[in-house]
Amino acid sequence: MVNSIILNAATRLLTALLLLFSVFMLLRGHNEPGGGFIGGLIGSTGFILYAIAQGAQATRDALKFEPQNIAMVGLGVALVAGVFAAVFGEAFFTGQWWFAGADPSIPGDKGLPISSVLVFDIGVYLVVFGAILTLVLALEEEV
Amino acid sequence: MLFGWFAQFLGPVAAGETALIGLDWVPSLDIRLDILIDGLSLTFALLITGIGALVTLYSTRYLGNHPEYPRFVLYLMVFMFGMLGLVLADNLIALFVFWEVTTISSYLLIGFNSDSAKSRRSALQALLVTGTGGLALLAGMILLGQAAGTYSLVEVRGMGDAIRDHAFYTPILVLFLAGAFTKSAQFPFHFWLPNAMAAPTPVSAYLHSATMVKGGIYLMARMTPTLGETEPWFWALVLAGGFTTVFASLLAIRQTDIKQILAYTTLMALGALTLFIGAGSSDAIKAAMLFLVVHSLYKAALFLMIGVVDTQTGTREVSKLRGLARKMPVTFLAGALAAISMAGIPPFIGFIGKEFLYKAGLHADTASLWITGTIFAASVLMFVAGGIAVARPFLGRLPDALKNTTEGPWTLWFGPFLLGALSLWFGIFADIPEVWLVGPATQAVYGAPVSVDLYLFREVNDAFILSLVTFAAGFALYLVHGRLRSALAAIISANPIRFDPGWDATLDGLKALATWQTRHLQSGILQRYIFTIFATFAIAIGVTLWAQDVFVFRIDWQAELDGLLFKHWAVLLFITAGALLTALTGSRMTAVAALGVVGIGVALIFILFSAPDVAITQLLVETLVVVLVAVAMLKLPHLGVRTDEAHRPLHAALSITVGALTTIVLVAVLHTDMDLALTEYFNATAWPEAYGRNIVNVILVDFRALDTFGEIAVIVMAALAAYALLRGTRYGVIREDLDHPVGVGDTPRQTIGARQEKGR
Repeated sequence: MVNSIILNAATRLLTALLLLFSVFMLLRGHNEPGGGFIGGLIGSTGFILYAIAQGAQATRDALKFEPQNIAMVGLGVALVAGVFAAVFGEAFFTGQWWFAGADPSIPGDKGLPISSVLVFDIGVYLVVFGAILTLVLALEEEV
Repeated sequence: MLFGWFAQFLGPVAAGETALIGLDWVPSLDIRLDILIDGLSLTFALLITGIGALVTLYSTRYLGNHPEYPRFVLYLMVFMFGMLGLVLADNLIALFVFWEVTTISSYLLIGFNSDSAKSRRSALQALLVTGTGGLALLAGMILLGQAAGTYSLVEVRGMGDAIRDHAFYTPILVLFLAGAFTKSAQFPFHFWLPNAMAAPTPVSAYLHSATMVKGGIYLMARMTPTLGETEPWFWALVLAGGFTTVFASLLAIRQTDIKQILAYTTLMALGALTLFIGAGSSDAIKAAMLFLVVHSLYKAALFLMIGVVDTQTGTREVSKLRGLARKMPVTFLAGALAAISMAGIPPFIGFIGKEFLYKAGLHADTASLWITGTIFAASVLMFVAGGIAVARPFLGRLPDALKNTTEGPWTLWFGPFLLGALSLWFGIFADIPEVWLVGPATQAVYGAPVSVDLYLFREVNDAFILSLVTFAAGFALYLVHGRLRSALAAIISANPIRFDPGWDATLDGLKALATWQTRHLQSGILQRYIFTIFATFAIAIGVTLWAQDVFVFRIDWQAELDGLLFKHWAVLLFITAGALLTALTGSRMTAVAALGVVGIGVALIFILFSAPDVAITQLLVETLVVVLVAVAMLKLPHLGVRTDEAHRPLHAALSITVGALTTIVLVAVLHTDMDLALTEYFNATAWPEAYGRNIVNVILVDFRALDTFGEIAVIVMAALAAYALLRGTRYGVIREDLDHPVGVGDTPRQTIGARQEKGR
């Protein structure tokens, strides 16, 4: 924990921005550079900044959930996304797609694509996010 | 119940049939779980299930009040299962698995009284000796499988000639015999068996006399058609068996604990069985199979009998037990039946067994004198041992200390009594074992039909005369056995070669070696680990490069240099400066930051060559590593206080070597034609099939999603492990007594290791 008014004030803003940016990176990942891994890294950076400025306990309070639980939930989400395909009789981890609001008359129109692949990527995001924060917070408290 | 199931095979097997019940187990490795039922395995299966049932009944009373009784029954059942599998398996590998099941369950049963150090030691000894033999056996089986091209016992049996001429024959023989000799406690591996008597009495009766130790005998009998009838086989078995026989009989007389006497006579019986299987003539095999049945019957009965005496009087010492016959008549009767069979007195089956042993010995082609002499000595001493085990404790005047002894309950004496009675019944009606057990078993071992004709008495021949001499000598020796024992004790204590202390010395030596090598390999100093890892890497890469001769490629330096733009030079300078600073600085903090600079330079390279995903990841990971290390750094001492700087030139040399080798590999890779098939495939399919334009991400979450799932599982595990480590050291949990100190300082380094693993 660093006692700096500038850092304190800046992190409140930066953390929110980084979190938002991480979700943006997660969602655009399928077509542009980004994805769950990168998103998770960015998201955790936000909270690491917060931890440096406000201390580990404040970060835990802000997180609401234990970071290791977040990581485990992420693993579960990824697994569910994989098993989902099996419900339709396809191989484990086959991507399932639902093109919400797609207009069949326009070739190539995919509307709002929602897929099990996205769910899987969210799982990856949560795992990376939770695992890194588990480490950093434990280290912070150790010192 | 199982006994009944196996008994139904008696008819067909006696008629010379072989049943084979199959089940695919690991089809890809050609490992099938075939059940092979022929004369040999059926004889064993009936002994295992029959005696097993009696022993289980016996143990309900003997150990019924023990708090761990359910555990005991579990182990016993596991053993019975393993033993049945062992004798019934047709596949060599399956046989090995069951072989090990019996080894492990035997370990658990010997060590059943786990609060006694002696039990634990004996159990471990048995496990190590038989387990080592088991490994040798596995190696032998694999060689045999290679030589024969099949793992099926039925098929291997028919290939004896081919295998005997095969180049692998000698190693196969040595390895198989190592397995069989350790299991059946042949000299020089005999020492574990008497120690194994630390087990509860039902276990001794069942495992260490009637069944498990016969596993080695079974293996030798089973392998006779395949490996037998050669000079090395003959001499190895005849000499080891014969020596064990005499040696064990002498040691048996020396003991005062009746259970120990029985343990050594078991050794003697195993020796005799080995001897006769080795002799290999049809007479010898017949005698061995008959003796196998005979011995199982009387020895199990005697062990169970001494268990009854032990529970009722509280002692097994020969000197304390006298005149119990009046107080425990049924137990005495059971013991007497078994002991008379053991002494080989007619009309018991033990007499027939001994007659056949003599006959086979006298008619052997080679080493007739050795075999007959051995068996004669053993029979005389068995007569004495039988007398000491039964006549001495039960006959004579009852001492005052035992006045209140009572007869045991029927569950205790029923087993020994039934087995003893069977010894008599089989003797009088000798055609029953002849037709059902010994005949088919002999045929299975010998490989050709053998006429088995068991009889009590037909004419006065040399074997019969030898029997009479045996009785006379045995009786004479029994009368003077007290003096004989002291004489033997004197001789044995004068003998400088001891197996038990030797065993302890070997174990201590092994432990010392393990400590020594752990101290040197597992120093606990991260620097040394990293040095070792990179040195190994450098050697492996260097040797490979040298062997593959990839140094011959030509680089057009001029063209390469001209191709470099200003931005390339800038990044190059950036990275070089960072690396130099890392290596030369005296402050950890500077070093970490400089290392971060190198990482960011690498990220720039990724961007220059249009790999934005990798670049972003690299950048973020570098940032995180710097943060994490900086946090951990607060706990570490300043670099300046280091005194041992002698390692630095060596480390520098290694770093430069690794760097140079990596560069060479990369350059060499660039000079080969890249196979772009995968890139093209993903390029072509990412959008139509996975609806994504970012190929890297599509590969991660769709094409290779299972790999990614495995990876994120690893991340979670790494985080949790590091978390546990941090929390563990937080309360000062530092073990001072470890060989290398695990201090608080190790933890952050450990954590960095976990982090970097994720940085990929």
